[in-house]
Amino acid sequence: MQLIYEKSTPGRNGVRLPASDVPAAAALPESLLRTEAAGLPEVSELDLVRHFTILSQRNFSVDTNFYPLGSCTMKYNAKVLENAAALFAPFHPMTALLPQGAACCQGTLGMLYDLGQMLADITGMDEVTTQPLAGAHGEMTGIMLISAYHKAKGNKKKYVLVPDSSHGTNPASAAMAGYEIITVPTAPYGDMDLELFKKAMNSEVAAVMMTCPNTLGLFNPHIKEISDIAHSHDALMYYDGANLNAIMGKVKPGDVGFDVVHVNLHKTFGTPHGGGGPGAGPVGVKKSLIPFLPQPRIVMDGEGQFLLETANQLSIGRTANFFGNFGVMVKAYAYIIMLGRQGLIQVSEQAVLNANYIKEKLKAYYDVPYDMTCMHECVFSASKQLAHGVHAIDIAKYLIDKGYHPPTVYFPMIVKEAIMIEPTETESKATMDAFIQVMIEAAQVAETDPQALHDAPLTMPIGRLDETKAAREQNVCCQW
Amino acid sequence: MNESHYCPHSPEEISEMLAAIGVSSVEELFAPIPSDLRAKTFNIPPGMSEFETYARMQAIVADNSKSMLNFIGGGFYDHIIPSVVDHLSGRSEFYTAYTPYQPECSQGTLQALFEYQTAICRLTGMDVSNASLYDGATACAEAAMMALRVTGRNRIVVDGCVNPFSRQVLKTYLYNLKVEVVEIAPLDGTLNRDELAKALDDSVAAVLVQNPNFFGCVEDFSAIADQVHGAGALLVASVYPVSLGILKTPAGMGADIAVGDGQSLGNPLSFGGPSFGFIAAKKALIRNMPGRIIGETIDKQGRRGYVLTLQAREQHIKRHKATSNICSNQGLYALRGLIFLSSIGKQGLAEMARLNRDKAEYAKAQLADIPGVTVLQSAPTFNEFTVFLPRPAAAVVADLLKHGLAAGVPLGDYYEDSANALVVTVTEKRTRKEIDHLAKELEAALCN
Repeated sequence: MQLIYEKSTPGRNGVRLPASDVPAAAALPESLLRTEAAGLPEVSELDLVRHFTILSQRNFSVDTNFYPLGSCTMKYNAKVLENAAALFAPFHPMTALLPQGAACCQGTLGMLYDLGQMLADITGMDEVTTQPLAGAHGEMTGIMLISAYHKAKGNKKKYVLVPDSSHGTNPASAAMAGYEIITVPTAPYGDMDLELFKKAMNSEVAAVMMTCPNTLGLFNPHIKEISDIAHSHDALMYYDGANLNAIMGKVKPGDVGFDVVHVNLHKTFGTPHGGGGPGAGPVGVKKSLIPFLPQPRIVMDGEGQFLLETANQLSIGRTANFFGNFGVMVKAYAYIIMLGRQGLIQVSEQAVLNANYIKEKLKAYYDVPYDMTCMHECVFSASKQLAHGVHAIDIAKYLIDKGYHPPTVYFPMIVKEAIMIEPTETESKATMDAFIQVMIEAAQVAETDPQALHDAPLTMPIGRLDETKAAREQNVCCQW
Repeated sequence: MNESHYCPHSPEEISEMLAAIGVSSVEELFAPIPSDLRAKTFNIPPGMSEFETYARMQAIVADNSKSMLNFIGGGFYDHIIPSVVDHLSGRSEFYTAYTPYQPECSQGTLQALFEYQTAICRLTGMDVSNASLYDGATACAEAAMMALRVTGRNRIVVDGCVNPFSRQVLKTYLYNLKVEVVEIAPLDGTLNRDELAKALDDSVAAVLVQNPNFFGCVEDFSAIADQVHGAGALLVASVYPVSLGILKTPAGMGADIAVGDGQSLGNPLSFGGPSFGFIAAKKALIRNMPGRIIGETIDKQGRRGYVLTLQAREQHIKRHKATSNICSNQGLYALRGLIFLSSIGKQGLAEMARLNRDKAEYAKAQLADIPGVTVLQSAPTFNEFTVFLPRPAAAVVADLLKHGLAAGVPLGDYYEDSANALVVTVTEKRTRKEIDHLAKELEAALCN
């Protein structure tokens, strides 16, 4: 398919701007001007509409295909959320920061405050900042809060401890906050090895970062003991909220000893993933960390008015331009008030039901390295299929031909040939049964005709791509 | 009763599934959570219908002041958004897709982001771009960290004329990394070049400047680039993409990295987000870039296609040694930026930029005519400019807000001894009548 630049014709124009109603300004000095116009496309509105409409049709999406992508919570995104966010398009964020400007923004500031309160209740925290712009940004903010806490106490801390099953963002975020990483292996029972954890723990550990349930979809039975041990060394417990969809109303991270959490609104709270973003990663903290929260911080005064705190010297400062990905917050807020208490509980229950159903139906065909009751996702291994030369990626590509987005493969890294399936609560039994059938077929084809799996996919606009060529040539910008 | 109508199972289906799993209730599936750890309270209010939800959101909107006439910028700008931007980015094949890790079924997103990277390169004059960062402020911080990696040095010099929010985010990001941030105090709203020369030495990794800067001033940093390179450091330029319709590109000035916020490219104000950050650089720096990058390649049949490339830089492979912790970016809003730029086109962006400047120059002249008001004259401006009022700007702005007029951003909160200074922004959306109204209201407010 042609690039938009290849469809360009000099002199063509897609937008008519308003005619000027003011005199033309005197020209700027040459030295300040660009020498030639930026080489942007020159296309008609119809050319543009066809181009992007056809491009959109070259995507799988939740609205077109089952998307059982483990660790990503690809649930259905309710349409009313889009309509709700559009209501807020005209509000300039600077208004709230003008002198007495907060008074003009009581609706938007109040909504952010309420969202923070609801997320605090769901996670068992005391206060939430909505400023972080994504999960990893929340992690970085959270670890910076922990660092500020330790510095204020005069604690000398050097390390952040993570299990080897953790998301890559955990150690990467801790490194950005200046910490070194200690990695603890997973035990045969599918969670961070308690004995090895005890050995690794020392007084220089600032924080323990955990996902709970973890990336194998398992709830750590020792979580309270782990947090007690961490606290005995004055290390804080960090909760990666990627898997919060499993536990709403069932257990609160704050109740089991976590001090800081981030929440992925684009996973648990039904906001769309946007082809890779935007997400939003609000961070909740226990009382002792509130003084360090980012600025501006939204506070409520005695009369119920919302104000901005901007000059707290203890704060870690600003982590983003304004108040976070506000439009995403609107969607998450609408999602929470619409589903309500019972609805959120039902979300977690059916997410867990669906994952266990798929696990039980497929475990005769694929290895389950940690076979126990899972939470919202289950992890298989294609190790049986490997005997026939078939890898997890081959199964993934076969699924594409059958109209399914592949599960997450090769993560968590501790499982050989991992296939990580997270159906989410919004999928029907019929959809899952059809998917299960295709997974079973894939296992059969692996035995009878492995080459067919290596050749997949055949039905897409392109086949498997030469990634080495892409990395070598680094052609990341159209030269046409 | 189905509390969430987005959970589709009938009671019979739930029974069948429980039987298949071999448990008698859903509750049994939560047995791995120790009973003493279970939630004791859950205080989220009862749910409601979609209709009631939407009505509640409308009520929240109504709690904000209505129809504010904006002459404020400060990094976010009230620009025209062609209808196609909402309609095309609103196709759910785009917005309900995930990160394009499986290229065969994600060519739509991948090709669009490749086209986006191309647009950013052509706008900035740079060789390579990533597929977006969070926002303009975090892009400044990522660029600084990139320079620290490339040079192995430990000091960042920042022009005090850079947006104060970008500077604050930069400091937050670098605080724990044993890096010194040196700020050069502005000289009449422009870079103090003598002070910069003094600050440059062999410990400096990068110099961060902004064009147009927070005061609205437009500068040529070409001479600075030579000095910065002479000291072995990188020049990072934060730019306002709409202004690049006419203004000299960062590459044209010799910058090594260009960053900025993409809100002005087809994205609504939306109380500050989402927008997107962009980062583009010289080709030699590509392996030190943060975030996702799309590359062109071919399949076995030689058909052209697009993939995420150079992933060995990223956190899901490199973990704590990654070039950044970023995972989710702002892809959908980068797509909107691309659709905007493709729609407005080569000549259209230049025309739009000129229109912004013409309106701002008109406004500047009108405000300069108000008794007691003077204009900062130290440098030419684009669509923002600084005026000095005869009394503190904060009170005047607060006054005008009550009349539905956001007259500008008072500088007193961001710079010492600037209580009377006000930065006024005029985009192509403001009519002559609205500008005249601003001048009239400001004059009246100053007479009070």
